[in-house]
Formats: sequence, C-alpha cells, structure tokens
Amino acid sequence: MEIDPFIFRLSIFILSIFIGYYVVWSVTPSLHTPLMSVTNAISSVIIVGAIIAALAGTSESIFNTSSIFGFIAIILAAINIFGGFLVTQRMLQMYKKKKDKKK
Amino acid sequence: MISANLAAIFYLVSGILFILALRGLSSPDTSRQGNYFGIAGMIIAIVVTFLSIGNFSTSLVYVIMFLVIGGAIGAFIAFKIPMTAMPELVAGFHSLVGLAAVFVAIAAFLNPAAFNLGNVGDIKLASLIEMSIGAAVGAITFSGSIIAFLKLRGIMSGAPITFSGQHILNLILGIGIFVLIFYLCKTQSTNIFWTVIIISFFVGVLLIIPIGGADMPVVISMLNSYSGWAAAGIGFTLENTALIITGALVGSSGAILSYIMCKAMNRSFVSVILGGFGADNSADDKKEKKDQKPVKSGNAEDAAFLMKNASSVIIVPGYGMAVAQAQHALREMVDKLKKNDIKVTYAIHPVAGRMPGHMNVLLAEANVPYDEVFELEDINNDFANSDVAFVIGANDVTNPVAKTDPKSPIFGMPVLDVEKCKSVLFVKRSLSPGYAGIDNELFYKDNTLMLFADAKKMTEDIVKNLD
Repeated sequence: MEIDPFIFRLSIFILSIFIGYYVVWSVTPSLHTPLMSVTNAISSVIIVGAIIAALAGTSESIFNTSSIFGFIAIILAAINIFGGFLVTQRMLQMYKKKKDKKK
Repeated sequence: MISANLAAIFYLVSGILFILALRGLSSPDTSRQGNYFGIAGMIIAIVVTFLSIGNFSTSLVYVIMFLVIGGAIGAFIAFKIPMTAMPELVAGFHSLVGLAAVFVAIAAFLNPAAFNLGNVGDIKLASLIEMSIGAAVGAITFSGSIIAFLKLRGIMSGAPITFSGQHILNLILGIGIFVLIFYLCKTQSTNIFWTVIIISFFVGVLLIIPIGGADMPVVISMLNSYSGWAAAGIGFTLENTALIITGALVGSSGAILSYIMCKAMNRSFVSVILGGFGADNSADDKKEKKDQKPVKSGNAEDAAFLMKNASSVIIVPGYGMAVAQAQHALREMVDKLKKNDIKVTYAIHPVAGRMPGHMNVLLAEANVPYDEVFELEDINNDFANSDVAFVIGANDVTNPVAKTDPKSPIFGMPVLDVEKCKSVLFVKRSLSPGYAGIDNELFYKDNTLMLFADAKKMTEDIVKNLD
C-alpha cells in the first residue's frame, strides 16, 4: 500500500509546528515586536501561489478572472514582504546602534 | 524550467532559511543576520517559482511590474512609519496576508488546472477542503485585523462592542462554515465557495469587536497566529513545502505570543476571546474612592531633587510614554542622572504598550542600551532596594490591587512591585484609571508623589531642574 503524499506534507507541517514552538520560546522578549514583523514578512511567501495564478493566463488573455486575483495578491504580498523585512531591519538596526556606542 | 523535484528541494531550503530567521532573534547580536536569512529564503522561493513555471510570456512583465509596485508601497511604509505606530502597522500587514490567502484560494478555485488540482467543477476533494479552510481562515484574519487596526488607530473606539447572543451567533456561523464546506465538497458549487468567504469575513469582525483595548496585545498575537494557519492551508493546497513550513512557524509563533500575553495579564485565552474586558467601570465605586483619599502631588523641581539624591532609579515606562513621545526626553534625563553616578535601569512589563515587545523597541529607538532594560521577573526584586521608581505612562501594570484585592478584575496579574521603592514618582495627566478601568491604589500611598503633567513636558522640566 502506498502512502498518500498528503501524509508527508502533514508530517512536515506537524514537525514544523514543533520547530516553531522551540525556536519561538528561545526568542528574547525584547525582540518580540521584530518577531511579529518578520513572521509577517515570511508568511507572505504565499506570493508563490499568487505568481502561479497570475502566470496561468494565456498570451491572448493575460487577465482572466483567476489571474486578476493572482495579480492583486501579488501586490498585497509584495507590500508585506518588502514592508515586513525592511521595518524589521529598521528596528534591529536600533538595537545595534547603542551597542556600538558602548564599545 | 526546472523539475518539480528540484523546485521542492529549493522550497525546503527556503523553509529552513525562515527557521534560521526566527532563530536569529534569540539575541539582538544575531538578529540582523537572521533577517538576512529570511530575505534570502524569500528570494529563493520567488525565483524558484518563476523557474518552475518557465512560462516567460508577457504575463511575466506584468507580474514583475506588480511586484515592484507592491514592493515600493511596502518599502515606503517601512521607512515612514513611526515606531509608536508599530501595532497598527503589524495589524495592517496581517490583514494583507489574510486577503492574499483569500485571493490565492479564489484563483485556485477558478482555475484549478494551473495548480494541478483538477478541473473546474471537478477539483480534487482534499484540495477543495484545504483551499476552503485556507480561504476561510484568511478571510477571518483579514476582517479581524482590519477591526484591530481601526481600534489601534483610534478610528474605532477601543471599548468592547457586545450584544446579547453574540457568542451563540459566532458559534452558529462557525458551524455554518463547516457545513457549507461539506456541501461545497459534494456539489463543487461556486456560490457556496463565495458564501463561505463572505461568512468568514463576518466572523472575523464579530470575533474582534467584543475585545477591549487592554487586550490588544493578545489580539495582535492571535491574528499573527491566524495569518500563519491561513498560509499553511494554502500551502497544503499548492503542495508547497516552503509555505507549509512557514505557516506552521508563524502559527505557533503567534500562539506562543498570545499565551505569553495572556499569562502576563493573568487572563485565560478563552476569556479574552469572549471579550468585554475594559468595560467594567463600576462608576460609583470609582467616585467613592476619589473623594476619600488624599494624594500628594509635586512638581518637576521636587522630582529632580528626589532623583538627584537617590543612588538607584528604576524607570517604569508604559504606553503613555509612547503617546507623549517622551522616550527621547527620558533618555536625556537618564543621561544626566548617570553623570551623577546614579544607577538607572528600566523595568518593562510584558503588556506595557500595545503589542509584545513594543516598549523595548521604543526604548531602542531612543538609544537606550538593551542591557539596561529588564523584564518583569528579572527586576521585580530590585524595587525593594531602590530609592526611586519613575513611572511614566504606565498604570495598571503597577497597581498593587492585583496582589491584594481578589475582587479586582486584574487580581492575580503579575505586576511590578513599584510601591516597594523608597519613593515613587508617578507621571500622569490626571487621576483617571487606566485601560482596565480601575483605580490605582499606588496613587494614594504615602511614598508616592504624583507629577500631574504631560509625560514629555514633565520629563523635559525635570531635565532642566537636574542641572
């Protein structure tokens, strides 16, 4: 009997929850805000689905109902990716400045 | 064009890079490197997606164009946003993830062939379940985050909105979603799919409106978690490992943060969800206390005198400091104190501010070294050995009632033992209660000196008087 590929994906999912659990508990409380903004940025990897949907249009009709939803999702996810990573970077930069000053 | 297997391996790599991105946040020193890992993971995921499709038609030009437009908007926001507005920003970003999840699910439903999920009207059962769950959670995340955003921005009142039968309505709608998904699987009807999404939008609104302003840190963390589960749902639909791993990471991260926030307020997760906190202002109770007890109030000169003669000072900042933008003036004051060889530390309560870790970021912005900033459990014993506690913009998190009065709504909440200090300086505009809507006993203690003024102005005046 063959194992359904779904079970493999489910295994990855469950194991990742455990990884997430231990990794997030080790995040220092002073970095909880950057944690939220960076998780925001990485969850926008959903953009891969948006790209597939957007590129599914044929060359005659680039914009059909399905691909339009894809294109809008690309914009939304891109705002999040750039905004999320850059604002995280901006915050983390502040944690650095004073360190240097002290040294 | 690369093979599906190779693409899957690259998606795994990007998933691992995302894990390392979170791992980096375990200390400020490694955090920036972590962020670069995250960016690298994202670039790999996007490039691999382009390569695996290999359809370089004119659509690609549009995809890149939209990517750049979104990126430019995101970058603009990231550079412009003041640090005090981080909670709104994060809530806003959550709503975008949620909506993106909904749109990807819709796209997959309308054109399943593009995702190898079958054909219109004949979508694989498992995929249909996955995409409708992804869409439903995404829709809840979207509308819930919009409400949270409006409340945090002050466009909508932070007061909880409750009506009778609310919880039953939520329950019915929740069950309704599951029933509809069941029929969707049987009929593949487009109308049912849209109905599921619309009901989910309503559920998102209904879930967040009863939650009061004081519980906002929990709400943001909770929506963070939802956005992760929505992404994971879509990840299952697209059979994409990067998305599944990320969804699980974000989902558990948000759940842990919600747990930490609930614990810091001594509230159960269920009671936060059910809402209504922050509404229980028993008006008569407040009035009675107000005209009975005397308060000592002072001015900047008194405060400066007290601090100059102290040998150790603990600063207790709260959201009020952020609102008044007093963090830079505060830093100036601390610099002066340090010049006089006074030991200064900062004590941060986990729920100070409107989101987890918000106060730390604001202090970091004002160039406060992070090794002078301590969490509740690390500093609480030091109050008894310190001369002055300087409470600026915090309120409920210092209220000794949480330890003494079992009837108080905040009883049992871990609080900072500010009253154990030899003297307490409490900067506040008036005697009004904090978000929890209860009076702070600290105001009436003998060793408390109230400084009635705007936080920023008072701090600046103290700085002048320290010379």
